[in-house]
Amino acid sequence: MLQTAPPDIPIPGALAGQQPLYGPRSYQVMAGNDLGTQLLEISMGPHHPSTHGVFRMDLVLDGEEVVKLKPVFGYLHRNHEQLAEKTSYLGSMPYTDRLDYFCSMTNNWAYAHAVEKLADIKVPERAEYIRVILAELTRLVNHTCLAGFLVNDLGALGTPLIYAFREREKILDIFEAVSGARMMCNYMRFGGVRANFTPQILKRISQIVDNYPCFLDEFEKLLTSNEILMSRCQGTGILSAELAINASITGPMLRASGVDYDIRKVDKYGIYDRFEFRVPLGEHGDVYDRYMVRILEMRESIKILQQALKQFPEGGDFMNPKVKIRNFKPPPGEAYGRIESPKGELGFYLISTGGTNPYRYHVRAPSFVNLTILEDTCLGQKVADVIIILGAVDIVLGEVDR
Amino acid sequence: MKSELLTQNFPQITWDEPSKSFVVPHMDLLDVVDFLRSHPDFNMDYVSNVAGVDWLPRKEKVKGADGKEVEIEKPGYLEAVYHFYSIKKKHGPVILRCRTDGRENAMLPSITPFFRGAEFQEREIYDLYGIRFSGHPDLRRILMWDEFQDHPMRKDYREPDDYQWEPTPHDDVLEKAKMHYAEAG
Amino acid sequence: MAVDDGLKSELQKAGVFITSVEGIYNWGRRSSVWPLQFGLACCAIEMISAACSRFDLARFGAEVFRPSPRQADLMIVAGTVTKKMAPQVVRLYNQMPEPKYVIAMGACSISGGPFKQGYNVLKGIDRYIPVDVHIPGCPPRPEALLNALMFLQRKIDNEHLTGINRVRWYDDTDPADFAVPSFGAHDLEPACNRAVWQPDKIKRGVA
Repeated sequence: MLQTAPPDIPIPGALAGQQPLYGPRSYQVMAGNDLGTQLLEISMGPHHPSTHGVFRMDLVLDGEEVVKLKPVFGYLHRNHEQLAEKTSYLGSMPYTDRLDYFCSMTNNWAYAHAVEKLADIKVPERAEYIRVILAELTRLVNHTCLAGFLVNDLGALGTPLIYAFREREKILDIFEAVSGARMMCNYMRFGGVRANFTPQILKRISQIVDNYPCFLDEFEKLLTSNEILMSRCQGTGILSAELAINASITGPMLRASGVDYDIRKVDKYGIYDRFEFRVPLGEHGDVYDRYMVRILEMRESIKILQQALKQFPEGGDFMNPKVKIRNFKPPPGEAYGRIESPKGELGFYLISTGGTNPYRYHVRAPSFVNLTILEDTCLGQKVADVIIILGAVDIVLGEVDR
Repeated sequence: MKSELLTQNFPQITWDEPSKSFVVPHMDLLDVVDFLRSHPDFNMDYVSNVAGVDWLPRKEKVKGADGKEVEIEKPGYLEAVYHFYSIKKKHGPVILRCRTDGRENAMLPSITPFFRGAEFQEREIYDLYGIRFSGHPDLRRILMWDEFQDHPMRKDYREPDDYQWEPTPHDDVLEKAKMHYAEAG
Repeated sequence: MAVDDGLKSELQKAGVFITSVEGIYNWGRRSSVWPLQFGLACCAIEMISAACSRFDLARFGAEVFRPSPRQADLMIVAGTVTKKMAPQVVRLYNQMPEPKYVIAMGACSISGGPFKQGYNVLKGIDRYIPVDVHIPGCPPRPEALLNALMFLQRKIDNEHLTGINRVRWYDDTDPADFAVPSFGAHDLEPACNRAVWQPDKIKRGVA
């Protein structure tokens, strides 16, 4: 609750009294109807099988329809930013694994990208190819598991999820062979990666890439034209393009609303300009479009992987030899490095004052910002549809709460 | 993108070279943001990142008028940093910094009425730093519980003493352990 | 009449099975421990992996993950317990019917883990509820979770129903409800449950 506050700063001149552009309608709760019913306030609490982690929604319902929705989080707030101020730059790398715990490789890359911008470090070519291969494998893992969880929320009671996790296990074997750990890989370093790829690993990756389209075809045959999925997901949770841009939505959610913005194409970080791939866009902005955009993005990722494996350089450094590892002190300044993680734009904002620890370390988490429109897309929908709309936003609480 | 366009139209904002950002006085923040959004050369329709920074009062050595280095005292303040990009024109970023007057009763105008994307990020800055955003539709704590009193990300925040036994404490954990033993008696 | 193991195995070879009420009781309990579907953070993903087809958890009796605490036997606290979440964890534990067990999975729920120096992190769930098995790791592999489940099953096998060493739930003097902490201005109140957990008295690193 706000305590008694000192008087507001007067909003200057022409802007005083203007209505907010895209505010949610629920700030004024609608009155009841002529049946004399009451509104029901429930808390879809932090412990719920479908809230993808410890996430709470305070719902006000009129029968089955949602009238007001306020998300509450912070149940996994592990003060990642304050820990990074007390730890050295390299020491925060394992903590970035635990932000979005499904995609640890892309988290590591985003942080390494921000530090390389801050300290102006070049990355050798072989390391760039390794990074791209692992990032696209992570995208495959994330989108497959998201499809599994979404269909689980629809009521398929786990069977497609088990198929998705079966494929995930194959890719996790690669991560374990490369970095030593299944999930929390801690593999990227400033100026390269931690260890080199052996020819056997490349062979295994090409085996996975060759077999993946077959699995995707099987998955799609079961799900994409499935009557239940289509009738429940089409037309649910529609998000318009203007609201999506204004609410800083990024990633597959933005592209499902028809906006062509993929950071791999815009910023061209790493070596993404050497690969030919398309960016799938949706038309309606509903849950079905978000699901289809992710399936199509998986196919584009396979294309990128095939090209990267073909262009993979024979020799070369996997780590920039000029970078000091111990006592790493970047020059004073600040940098904001962002990449296209599977969930959206993941950015790291770093301020350095010349010491071994960052002065300010901020994570711009895609899941945190993508939750802004949860209320707008859920108003007027039934409670059961709220679950699948939340599932299609694709949140991971480690990122939302940091 | 021409940064001179911005400084011509708003002479009161200054360019900060080390951080490549514009320092905007908080009275003009909303005008600058409206200009960035509507001017056809910029078209900044997407705020990517809103971060809070805490600068404690510090002494800095500056070259005085006679060439000698003088130590001046810089007061402490809190700051909000905004990164703007354009989705339509696919360029960016334009970085704005907005400073508060001091560390108590820190207030800044909110850009949420123009950019919904700043809603949760400004609430997080209020929760962790204590900057109040006037004009924000729903300013309350987002990550900590409502009854919490402090602002944890500030540099002078002291953590509660729920010390956990360390087998080999060293450096600042050892200092914390000694303080805990002294308090616990 | 006490029957020793040698005689038992002899009779088993002849087709005669002898057991005690305790044996049957504990065998029934440990062969179908149903976990509560309660994942907090990253360890939850390894828990889901353990329940999927590669490291199958169902063959150990943990057939279904119940979403409701009223129908579960085992609470696997997988992930960091923060101070904001701690009252809910204790409430859920209170809502589970006895006999109930707790596995603390991962370094975060044992002692705070890598996030120990956190203002919002609870330094171990055993500050408020009694824990039976701790699994170290960050995150522990799914095989480690299977090992912990087997360990718990051996522990349940050795439980006594009567006598001085009987289990907590048949003891009238033991409290069944654990105190739920409330949100204070700076920290949870109380900071720990003294009946369950005592802070350590050793002074390390100080002369």
